[in-house]
Amino acid sequence: MNILDIIINSLSTGGTYAMIALGYTMVYGIAKMLNFAHGDIIMVGAYTMLVCINRIPYTTKLGNMVADMLVKQCGLEEKVAANITVIAFGIISLIIAVIVCMLLGMIVEKLAYKPLRGASPLAVLITAIGVSYLLQSAAQIIFGPNQQNVPVGDFGKSKLFGVEISNYLIITLVVSVVVMVGLTLFIKLTRTGRAMVAVSEDKGAAQLMGINVNAIITLTFAIGSALAALAAYFTLIKNVGITNNMGAMPGIKAFTAAVIGGIGSVPGAMVGGILLGVIETVATKIPVIAPYKDAISFLVLVIILLVKPSGLLGKKRREKV
Amino acid sequence: MANTVKKSSSRQFKLKYHINYMLVALVAVVLGIMSKTGVITSRSSLEVLQQIAIAILLTVSLSVVVGFLGELSLGHAGFMCVGAFLGGKFANDLYPLLDVFKKREFSEFLEKIDYKPLADLLEKIGYERLNDTSELLILIACMIVGGIFAALAGLIVGLPALRLRGDYLAIVTLAFGEIVHNMFMTAPEDIFGGPSGFKTPKYDIYSLFIIALVAVVICIILVQNIMRSKHGRAITSIRDSEIAARATGINVTKYKLIVFMVAAFFAGVAGVLYSFTQTKVQTEHFTYIYSIEILVMVVLGGMGNINGAIISAVLITFLDNWLRGVLGEKAIFHKLIYAVVLIIIVVYNNAPALKSFREKYSLSALMGNIFKKKNDPAKPGDDEAKWHRVPTKIEIDEVLSTKIQRDPTTSIKPDKGGKK
Repeated sequence: MNILDIIINSLSTGGTYAMIALGYTMVYGIAKMLNFAHGDIIMVGAYTMLVCINRIPYTTKLGNMVADMLVKQCGLEEKVAANITVIAFGIISLIIAVIVCMLLGMIVEKLAYKPLRGASPLAVLITAIGVSYLLQSAAQIIFGPNQQNVPVGDFGKSKLFGVEISNYLIITLVVSVVVMVGLTLFIKLTRTGRAMVAVSEDKGAAQLMGINVNAIITLTFAIGSALAALAAYFTLIKNVGITNNMGAMPGIKAFTAAVIGGIGSVPGAMVGGILLGVIETVATKIPVIAPYKDAISFLVLVIILLVKPSGLLGKKRREKV
Repeated sequence: MANTVKKSSSRQFKLKYHINYMLVALVAVVLGIMSKTGVITSRSSLEVLQQIAIAILLTVSLSVVVGFLGELSLGHAGFMCVGAFLGGKFANDLYPLLDVFKKREFSEFLEKIDYKPLADLLEKIGYERLNDTSELLILIACMIVGGIFAALAGLIVGLPALRLRGDYLAIVTLAFGEIVHNMFMTAPEDIFGGPSGFKTPKYDIYSLFIIALVAVVICIILVQNIMRSKHGRAITSIRDSEIAARATGINVTKYKLIVFMVAAFFAGVAGVLYSFTQTKVQTEHFTYIYSIEILVMVVLGGMGNINGAIISAVLITFLDNWLRGVLGEKAIFHKLIYAVVLIIIVVYNNAPALKSFREKYSLSALMGNIFKKKNDPAKPGDDEAKWHRVPTKIEIDEVLSTKIQRDPTTSIKPDKGGKK
């Protein structure tokens, strides 16, 4: 066990959580609703990649052809060439998954959540639970209940300060940092980003300023779902098998992260995600408490909420009559 | 004049306010006689009955939290888990005592008793009947113990409920459910069996469902009477506006904790019953998915409506079993159907755009048009009659939000008295 190893591990786990938590927190900030189905969008992303890589005919053939070409033209070893092709296909399927998830997020928003705008939060939450249930059972019907593996390539290992670290951890970390910085800049600098902030502050006033509130909400769902697809890729990179309820636990955990950081706040989701990653990784490394790691992260949530009911970076809401 | 009307209406025994638990009791008596006389022999139908009773307990108790207090609880399976495991543990500890009532041990036991008449009496009753009675007593004791432990867990969950509202509380209850599920799964194997399951005594299938139905009757009477009392009004007022309730002097802390404890208690009882129907209790049964299934029943029954909760619990459990039998392999389709039905019902009942449509074509409005006489504005409104009802959702948000848009001419019209 090495400190650097723990740091990289917890940061990359935290990065994945932060990706999902961003989706939750942005939707909450703008639509003021808990998108319970967000975790299942991860699952849809993973299954999309499965379909792209394993199920579409000729992809294997095409893959073999590309690998052959690489061997002949560039003089690479066969193993390396095959690996590169798998990685390339993984990335292409990731792009498709991002598009599919964005569309799905927008459709779900249009069909299930938009009619309920202005209804009680409880009704919206229950609808979201229904959507989550729907996606899970649909996936079970289409793909069966068994665990399936999706090859997205082996990224190998590299040495960092004398410690061997899997490359996928570093990739996860770097990509999530880039996405977080990009998202922050997008919100801070572009007109659309400012419009999103305005809608989250005051919907009515934003509408009066000429902002298309519905379009902004749809866009938020699209961005959140795209991040969920990215999180699905991060899950597949770890070589974890996928099932129809694979999104549930990470979804709940990421939601926990979003709440810890203060739901509705974008930096809060990042802080919460990374904090959760650290807690979980450290808990896994200590054998005595390792089996209780899920319980511990939820316990931290309860404690933080009891001390600061609106989360670490959340805004205080004063109730008015 | 008004006073006499009040008295007569409040003292009258109104059948429609008592019909629900009477029906359940009737069902329990009839089916009990049928199973004792050997008319019902198929184990599967008895199992369905047990499941229905457990589902009613869970649904009614959850509807207290969701429908009446207005807080979303996603950890109901967690309370059930506490009840199932701790009640089952208690039963495991008590069951060895029953060894006394085996044939050989019983005579030894009788010899040990110094007081002769008592020994004679016991011998007269016979070891078999004594065995049955004490088994029943153990079951009841376990139900109470499991319920109390679950209620303690409910107290623990209720504490954050004092500081958190809405979504935040929902996620804390969900976290609680997952923590409980996780704790029992990773607990030492010699105490709670670990992931492979926890062995609990199995009660006689021909009489367990009667006890379960009796528990259901008690639960319904209790919940219904609490909700009709001033405490129930206080609870619903917290749902409609916590600040207003606080301002009227209602002890919000007390009532929130009471609601969580009552709901958890009955969930715990349901858990104990579940553990007695199963030879092995596994933690996998109590994940948050199960909590959501209970929530679906509550929502489909209509939030804040006990009779609806009972009916939907019965129907869904029955349909579940029936579809599982009919569809076999394709049984997952029923989950998909539930999900779609859930979404459609919630959207239909809550969408602001459909409000006028709902009011025009709702079942109660149609029934009102057919059966009820038009309210005569000259007569004093019969508010007292409504007092007996279990309060259902009063849409205060809608009232507040529609106030501005409402046409001034319509707002002068007298309130439609008994229609809501």
